[in-house]
Amino acid sequence: MKIKVLFAAWVCAGLMQAPAYAKGDAANGQALATQGDGSGAPCAACHGANGEGMAAGTFPRIAGLDADYALRQMVAFQQGKRVNPAMTMNIDNFNQQQLADLAAYFATLPVAAPAAATASQAQLELGKKLALQGDWDNYLPPCASCHGPNNQGVDGNFPGIAGQHASYLKQQLQAWQQGQRQSDPVQLMEAIAKRLSPEQIDAVAAYLASQPAAPQQ
Amino acid sequence: MKLLNAITLSLAALFTASLSVAAIAMQNNDMSQVKLPSMKPGQYDHQAPTLADIENDSELHPELKKVVLKGRDLFMNTQQLRGKYVFNDMNCKSCHMGEGRMAWSGPVWPAATTLPDFRGKNGHVNSLEERIAGCFSFSMNGTAPEYGSDTMLALAAYHQYMAKGAKVYDRNIGGRGFSSLGKDIPKDVSFGQGAAVYANNCAVCHGPNGEGKKVDGEVVFPPLWGDGSYNWGAGMTRIFTAASFIQNNMPLGQPGRLSDKEAWDVAYFINGQERPQDPRYTGDAKETRQKYLNFHKATLYGTELNGKVLGQHDNTGEKPFLKPEVLKPRTFGDE
Repeated sequence: MKIKVLFAAWVCAGLMQAPAYAKGDAANGQALATQGDGSGAPCAACHGANGEGMAAGTFPRIAGLDADYALRQMVAFQQGKRVNPAMTMNIDNFNQQQLADLAAYFATLPVAAPAAATASQAQLELGKKLALQGDWDNYLPPCASCHGPNNQGVDGNFPGIAGQHASYLKQQLQAWQQGQRQSDPVQLMEAIAKRLSPEQIDAVAAYLASQPAAPQQ
Repeated sequence: MKLLNAITLSLAALFTASLSVAAIAMQNNDMSQVKLPSMKPGQYDHQAPTLADIENDSELHPELKKVVLKGRDLFMNTQQLRGKYVFNDMNCKSCHMGEGRMAWSGPVWPAATTLPDFRGKNGHVNSLEERIAGCFSFSMNGTAPEYGSDTMLALAAYHQYMAKGAKVYDRNIGGRGFSSLGKDIPKDVSFGQGAAVYANNCAVCHGPNGEGKKVDGEVVFPPLWGDGSYNWGAGMTRIFTAASFIQNNMPLGQPGRLSDKEAWDVAYFINGQERPQDPRYTGDAKETRQKYLNFHKATLYGTELNGKVLGQHDNTGEKPFLKPEVLKPRTFGDE
């Protein structure tokens, strides 16, 4: 009984601190990931058994993704602020607690080392320059100025983008350019994406995909 | 089989979705625009060299190139001097964005082309090194590397190289410093409205309490007030400086997003918060304000806001002293 009261107090305190959602339960999330939402495909159908994603299908890696970020994105899909019918239809029956559980589960999954880069050396160098130095003469701050050291992410607002599939990064930069992502409070990424040339998008996506998603142990 | 069906269905639905997406896209066509003030007729502008320009400059002696690149490295990652010369979470690039090369973001090349010069803030003629020392004393809440030291030489060399090809002692420079909104605080400036502007536009990076964000101890977004931020003597504590900086540089990647009013309000809100003590503190904030009124007339230091006198405290943040040795008057004729 006492534990229950304490737990309730802890939940309330959490809610007062930030407009965040309830904390996810990873074990429950694992079960939900396998079951699906009852009317659609389970997560693994596109994102793979270990959340590794699939480059060829532009299905992102979701293993190791910041739980707050993943949850915000799933809510955005449900609300139409991010547009991807596959995502929307496959998670539309989940309530927010279930989404939080899923996000908590995928956050716990380990990330495999990035695949060997297939891009040219020149492309990787251009990508590295954009990612770490930016191109200020075209008002492009480096990716790392928001996505953190080595672009491995800061928090639920600034996800890690290193070690993500290049195909997905490219698709999402284009989605930002086209105004298809409206889920961020300040739309920081939209302004940047709209200044990127197709060549820069290819280069930065290729470079980021070749980088480790988490600090080397 | 069931799985495959679901995927096929999902992919098919992608095509229908692109229609509704076009409608959303219409609303945001001007996000890519960089809205910066224009230079006034006759104002001098200079394109500061890029990192590639430094690296590819075949006329630079290899030793000098090394020193200029070291200066750039210190400028971009000033935290490497933490605990020795820097006692807060700032880097030079926190305020001098875009490698110190950008107009309207305190480009550093004018320091190299216009110094030595008389400086109102300390009432004497300052060299480039002394100007850099000023940043260390106030913006970095620390103390300067010794004049002539390797570190100071490297920083000065970077500034000097940024001025490569620029006219010396032409003072009518466009995009210099931070004062594009003028120096007069509007009468209707509002702390409360500034708080709202902050919550809607700044907090996502700088945190709900201005604390900034770090990853594994590395600063990603600098704190805007509190112990980790610039102290009460920093130029950025002036409302007009912060307002112009914010309007022309923030949120990151979206200069000109905020209206003049929003920029003034949020600058007033941010600079109406507590921060480490002004190194020139006499023990009384009101008295210190009066003593340095030429500077503090543009700040809220030593004034009462929300029932408290700002700056009336002994907190120097992480810095274990109040006043660095380097802050001393200089006169000629008595040597």
